[in-house]
Amino acid sequence: MFTLLLKKLNQPALNSTSKWVARSFSTAPKEVTVREAINSALDEELARDQRVYVMGEEVAQYNGAYKITKGLFEKYGADRIIDTPITEAGFAGIGVGSAMAGLRPVVEFMTWNFAMQAIDHIVNSSAKTHYMSGGKVFNPIVWRGPNGPPTSVGAQHSQCFAAWYGNVPGLKVIVPWSAEDHRGLLKSAIRDDNPVVCLESELLYNYKFTLSPESQDKDFLIPIGKAKVERQGTDITIVSFSRIVSNCLEAAEILAKEGISAEVINLRSIRPLDVETIVKSVQKTNRLVTAEEGWPQHGVGSEIAAQVVENAFDYLDAPIERITGADVPMPYAKNLEDAAMVQVQNIVNACRRVCYRKK
Amino acid sequence: MNQSIKVLSNLVKSSNTSRSLINAGSRRSVLFKTLNTNNTVRNFSTKQSKIDKDDEKTFDYTDKLVVQKLETYIPCYTIMNQDGIVSKPEQDPNFSQEVVTKMYKTMVLLNTMDSILYDVQRQGRISFYMTSFGEEAIHIGSASALDMGDTIFAQYRETGVFLWRGFTVDDIVNQCCTNDLDDGKGRQMPMHFGSKKINLQTISSPLTTQLPQAVGSSYAQKLAGEKNCTIVYFGEGAASEGDFHAAMNFAATLSTPTIFFCRNNKWAISTPSKEQYKGDGIAGRGPNGYGIRTIRVDGNDIWAVHNVTKLARKIAVEEQVPVLIEAMTYRVGHHSTSDDSSRYRTVEEINYWKETKNPINRLKNYMVRKNWWTEDQEKAIVAESRQLVRESLMKAEKRKKPALSEIFNDVYSELTPNLIEQQKELEEHLKLYPDEYPIDQYAK
Ligand SMILES: Cc1ncc(C[n+]2csc(CCOP(=O)(O)OP(=O)(O)O)c2C)c(N)n1
Ligand SMILES: [Mg+2]
Repeated sequence: MFTLLLKKLNQPALNSTSKWVARSFSTAPKEVTVREAINSALDEELARDQRVYVMGEEVAQYNGAYKITKGLFEKYGADRIIDTPITEAGFAGIGVGSAMAGLRPVVEFMTWNFAMQAIDHIVNSSAKTHYMSGGKVFNPIVWRGPNGPPTSVGAQHSQCFAAWYGNVPGLKVIVPWSAEDHRGLLKSAIRDDNPVVCLESELLYNYKFTLSPESQDKDFLIPIGKAKVERQGTDITIVSFSRIVSNCLEAAEILAKEGISAEVINLRSIRPLDVETIVKSVQKTNRLVTAEEGWPQHGVGSEIAAQVVENAFDYLDAPIERITGADVPMPYAKNLEDAAMVQVQNIVNACRRVCYRKK
Repeated sequence: MNQSIKVLSNLVKSSNTSRSLINAGSRRSVLFKTLNTNNTVRNFSTKQSKIDKDDEKTFDYTDKLVVQKLETYIPCYTIMNQDGIVSKPEQDPNFSQEVVTKMYKTMVLLNTMDSILYDVQRQGRISFYMTSFGEEAIHIGSASALDMGDTIFAQYRETGVFLWRGFTVDDIVNQCCTNDLDDGKGRQMPMHFGSKKINLQTISSPLTTQLPQAVGSSYAQKLAGEKNCTIVYFGEGAASEGDFHAAMNFAATLSTPTIFFCRNNKWAISTPSKEQYKGDGIAGRGPNGYGIRTIRVDGNDIWAVHNVTKLARKIAVEEQVPVLIEAMTYRVGHHSTSDDSSRYRTVEEINYWKETKNPINRLKNYMVRKNWWTEDQEKAIVAESRQLVRESLMKAEKRKKPALSEIFNDVYSELTPNLIEQQKELEEHLKLYPDEYPIDQYAK
């Protein structure tokens, strides 16, 4: 075990910045689903590094509850694509231990809701191993799975854990939206020496995005902790992450027709949080709306609002508004669920209010 | 939505004076009374004066170095074969024709309802469903051995237990269609029933959490001096969660009247039981692992299941100790409407169980042998069941959807300022967009 560890320690940091630049441009733009993007990222990292392995309920022979790991079992075999008994606390602990011993597990939770059974290993072990060992032991794990409300699955399957994990020092938290995000961030996460929580969205799995030639490269990496401005604007900044970025872009279209130019920021990471990009944008637009699927109290939007008040208060021309899921456990009935979830219209209305426009 | 601080302080205040605390106070004195008189409850503060030499009494010391292996497997109790012949007549529970007919009809009704609601989900009329195909004898055999005062904690594939206890097809269909008659007020996915009427705690999605909770429930029954137990149903897959072990150990050490009822149907979604665990199944964990009395039973033999559950209940209630039952069966249907089991198992395997071990046919053969059942009666009850479910569906689909106020009710015991504010926001939003929400189709 120690030889492995030492070998690892001697290695140059795998996520060194030089690798962000794509290497080959031999392919044309390609349309893929988010599911395919995650699958290809896993496939490439499994091929690249023998220490990487995938573990979770039904991930091998069944290809995963949402078919994310399709074809990987056939390609990499039962030693590296591992079906587990139904014991989230068990396989999370095994993930932590194997990472301590030099492996790089990618642990899939059927949904992040079930990771509640395993959260002690994530928060109390994985996030603290490096610190508590005096910097001698690494815990390079990717914890991934669908997060946030899909539809029609009720209170216990519809929660967003961004604020929960975003609160924990020692964890990195990525919240990809596009296919490019999923590829670049997941690959960076697997190569990262720290534990990374990857919050995906079941509703995005079937979404199609165009991958640029660069983002198809097997060494395409997106730095963790950098946000992306998805749409430039001058009148208001909308900050969001994961699935709700789509809603914000739709809202921006509607607002454009009313003469409001909205800038849409896709956070990509919750921790580290790219405060700089947000502040720069607010300095330009002087107005801010945040949008997320989770609950309002102590949410990601609350943190962003606090950061902006601390760092750009003088630039604000209007109070900040947070758009969030309703502050209730998610109901099941379609009519109740629709009313409890973030809709495009909520974002549009918030932006109008913040811009002092009436409709 | 910037009311959070106000809400918090409000919550703290209200909980100081809340009824539940006052109740808890008076309840506590009841508990203490029982604690003093009931010496089966451990008193943690008593110092022991003598040296504990129990170990020396429970096992022998030996000079032979032996590595222990699993050698003897717990046998599976079965009394009625597929032809409906009971091997030892004295073991036949000997129910009257009337009772047996009711049992059989409930099994057929469950099976018929499952077929119809499964198809209804395929047509997109409900979002989700889970069938109990192949496990009907477990449901009726065990439910018929319980008392209505016993508490049920279930996983999700126990619908027949509820039917037997008086949960109706309407109750089930209204919940699956989430209309204004759904007792759960539109808050839960289909199949996640709960009912005070039949003493069923609301089904919860995270697997196995119901096990330690059932131990807590039976501990409360014990302290209250009730002559009832709590039965908790779970799958062999769920038994891999840590909560299973916590529950077993607590039930044994607290000595609670709990029946752990494992439905071992060989599959947990796509994971076969042979990949779920090694050793002597779930039953094997009981006697040696936790010192819990254990029975393995043929889950497709309704009389065997009935006898076993009845005995387990007697032990649990009279001796105030837990019992573990492992019922061996097979999940004939897909895991749920989100699953296609042809991807991971063969039709031959399914047919083997469906045809040669069918629990409904087994009971039917028993009835035919007694001249209690004819093909005409069979046709009649299948038609009757179909009609019952279809009519129930027709009615349920015409009902209104739950009232929008149900989003905010019951988050707490009373509406907090933050919830009232959100409700007002929603009302204003609805006024702004009257065309986008068919409010006339929602209950008031
Ligand atoms: C904590 C948790 N992990 C995973 C799941 C997803 N899940 C739902 S049912 C199921 C299989 C359970 O199998 P088993 O206990 O054997 O019951 P059966 O479906 O066979 O009746 C799984 C993995 C869940 N609901 N909760
Ligand atoms: Mg099972």
